[in-house]
Amino acid sequence: MANETNKLEWPLWEVFIRSKAGLDHKHAGSLHAADAQMAIENARDVYTRRMEGISIWVVESKNIFASDPKEAESLYDPANDKIYRHPTFYNLPDEVKYM
Amino acid sequence: MVDAIHGDFEQKIANDITIEPRDTMPDDYRKTLIRQISQHAHSEIVGMLPEGNWVTRAPSLRRKAVLLAKIQDEGGHGLYLYSAAETLGVTRDELLDQLHSGKAKYSSIFNYPSLTWADMGAIGWLVDGAAIMNQVPLCRASYGPYARAMVRICKEESFHQRQGFEIMHVLAKGTEVQKKMAQDALNRWWWPALMMFGPHDSDSTNTEQSMKWRIKRISNDDLRRKFVDVTVEQTKVLGLTVPDKDLMWNAETGHYDFGAINWAEFWNVVKGNGPCNKQRLEARKAAWQKGEWVREAAMAHAEKRKARKEALVAA
Ligand SMILES: [Fe+2]
Ligand SMILES: [Fe+2]
Repeated sequence: MANETNKLEWPLWEVFIRSKAGLDHKHAGSLHAADAQMAIENARDVYTRRMEGISIWVVESKNIFASDPKEAESLYDPANDKIYRHPTFYNLPDEVKYM
Repeated sequence: MVDAIHGDFEQKIANDITIEPRDTMPDDYRKTLIRQISQHAHSEIVGMLPEGNWVTRAPSLRRKAVLLAKIQDEGGHGLYLYSAAETLGVTRDELLDQLHSGKAKYSSIFNYPSLTWADMGAIGWLVDGAAIMNQVPLCRASYGPYARAMVRICKEESFHQRQGFEIMHVLAKGTEVQKKMAQDALNRWWWPALMMFGPHDSDSTNTEQSMKWRIKRISNDDLRRKFVDVTVEQTKVLGLTVPDKDLMWNAETGHYDFGAINWAEFWNVVKGNGPCNKQRLEARKAAWQKGEWVREAAMAHAEKRKARKEALVAA
């Protein structure tokens, strides 16, 4: 019986939940389901039993493309030396109370 | 500066920076995590069985609803943990195979029988109580998906222990027979609960490496001592007696001293010879086998539905 069952495994889905009106959907976890509808129903059962959500997105995990952590340096480093993009970079005269 | 972008595995661990699924990590770290997280997942779902034994015999509708909600939570905990293990490159089916073949272990506490209704109290109070003690430090484990699963689990666990304590409290303040039932449950679950923290630090082969990798933050003996200290006080509130004649407050250490744990019993149960090992494994295997047609039918139905939709779009 061993691993031949693997081919029958239901696809893996990532679950995103909006916890209340006005907030983004946030990754909550993952689960297996035969299709999107079942993924939503299962997500409701496991991730929103205590009113944790008012809206659910599911995405089949294989459809998520992620950046490679090994490329993180070249991807994000260029932002490091541009501190003039932050308001704290600028000196204001003391007379300016609010800005 | 070491942050999530800069630095290798060792540097991140040293700086308490979380490791995420696609980060480079040593093979042994990955293997240790898969073993620990899947054992933990197995424990959650096998742990549903002793309590499932009492659902139809709960003494009131309220107790029944609470017990069902708790058991459902445990199933969810299993799911969160299996998902965390799957991020390390192992499949759900492989993990379940390991459980069913006996290759993987689960917490040996669930190999004890739940004989009376008071056991539902003792399990919630002591077993979930010990589990919480173990799990809170795991919310800061170095592997991100594991830590996040533990945060979710700990939030849900807090009512488990309270509902158990409430059951014990009602029985302990009830009739003579009820009080006796509560004491008997405490007698049977106390020592197995202490064993849940694992072997003594001096005999625990995995502890040192797990502490270095920041998977484990507090040692077995420290957690066990903490559990004894708080639980003994709760036992006083119940008016019950801890079944340990060596239990004594030690003013010097500020902790309770307690008697020797029967490690021969512990290892015997781990090796498969506990009162319910066979029964638990059979129940899990039967659930898996009986569910096979459901898994297949759901897949077939999903494919049919997809084909119908596609035909509709094409028309
Ligand atoms: Fe749990
Ligand atoms: Fe629990």
